Amino acid sequence: MRKELQVAALENGTAIDHIPTAAVFKVVSLLQLQKLNNRITIGNNFKSSKMGSKGIIKVSDKFFREDEINRIALVAPNVNLNIIRNFEVVEKKKVVLPDEIIEIVRCNNPKCITNNEPMKTRFQVVDKEMVELQCHYCELKIRKEEIELI
Amino acid sequence: MSPKSLVNIGDYNREDILRILQAASRFKENPNRDLLQGRVCATLFFEPSTRTRLSFETAVNRLRGRIIGFSDAATSSSTKGESLKDTIMMVSNYADLIIMRHHLEGSARYASEISPVPMINAGDGSNQHPTQTLLDLFTIFETQETLENLSITVVGDLKYGRAVHSLIQGLSHFNPSFHFVAPEELAIPEKYKAFCDKNGIAFREYTEFSPEAINGSDILYMTRVQKERFTDLMEYEKVKNVYVLHNEMLSDSKKNLRVLHPLPRVKEISQDVDDNPKAYYFQQAKNGMFVRQAVICDLLGIDIQQTI
Repeated sequence: MRKELQVAALENGTAIDHIPTAAVFKVVSLLQLQKLNNRITIGNNFKSSKMGSKGIIKVSDKFFREDEINRIALVAPNVNLNIIRNFEVVEKKKVVLPDEIIEIVRCNNPKCITNNEPMKTRFQVVDKEMVELQCHYCELKIRKEEIELI
Repeated sequence: MSPKSLVNIGDYNREDILRILQAASRFKENPNRDLLQGRVCATLFFEPSTRTRLSFETAVNRLRGRIIGFSDAATSSSTKGESLKDTIMMVSNYADLIIMRHHLEGSARYASEISPVPMINAGDGSNQHPTQTLLDLFTIFETQETLENLSITVVGDLKYGRAVHSLIQGLSHFNPSFHFVAPEELAIPEKYKAFCDKNGIAFREYTEFSPEAINGSDILYMTRVQKERFTDLMEYEKVKNVYVLHNEMLSDSKKNLRVLHPLPRVKEISQDVDDNPKAYYFQQAKNGMFVRQAVICDLLGIDIQQTI
């Protein structure tokens, strides 16, 4: 028996599934979806057997580059990415935390140059498992629970 | 290939450090040389630091270079709201090398990324001050005739003291062992203990400043315990006189032991230590100039071995 879809099927494009409900709109802004003219479906608080509740985003005719999509790894590390062509899932992907994170995270050190100069922030991911970042400039280490997005 | 700028002591590997120390000892033999004739160095001190600035400027002057710059942000365009980037771009139009001190952490790394000319970090907030570390290493080398396998006792504020943190990093190439002596509130942070573990560096921690922590050591590195670092002032009152070195505490120390201090000293080394031949902090400060001469020439690609 076919399960009833919670969102209309996509002909071509990308479906991002299993987004934590609290992160859905963060994902929208990290992927800059507000700037796209493509058809976009954003769903939230759907039932999920794995997570209890989840968010889903579907973007028609858009196939993200790895560096674009990996931007969301900080807020939604366990999402499933389905690449859809002709109503068929042709590829399933996971997001990967990159080695370096540019322009997404704010440095928690008020005396860091990045908080005082018009410039991009830049962090090295020093521990991918624990999600620990280190500011490339002031060298402050930031733990997962301390991460603040710009 | 030496790095283009010196921002962090971690930018220098073992060979870089040894090359700088070797050059510094040549400058100590004779600091007056014509190596920078026709070159202009800028000293941008957004935060005043007379001691460091004079050391750098004397280093340049004794090599016949010329100096431009400012000693206080109040006399620079940053008071008009100019960004650091614009200041660096402007100054690099004029100078062959930039020496910068800035109150913001990470400012030096940023400046080194945008500057088309080499940059030396002369202190960025509480982050890094690599020429201090190099002068510490030079002084240790000079007094012990080696950097290898030394036992170092470090006393005072090990939590915030950047000189101590960088010293651990700089010495890590040379198999040191450390004795960390500090009040609980200013104990060495976990990340430096993890750094020691990762690099196979032996260390022991003490809360009491006793001869036991000194007697087996080759170097006794004293630092200031500052009142403003304490959240609990009662705690400060309790410890303020505990981490003070008195002359009699050195009576059973090793013959080759030398007492170092990044200066300025307040009360943590009592005046009666000054006349002990093991006291070496004033000579240490003087070494700063030779080390800075070595770093400046190195970054400008002047081969000291060839020219002097």
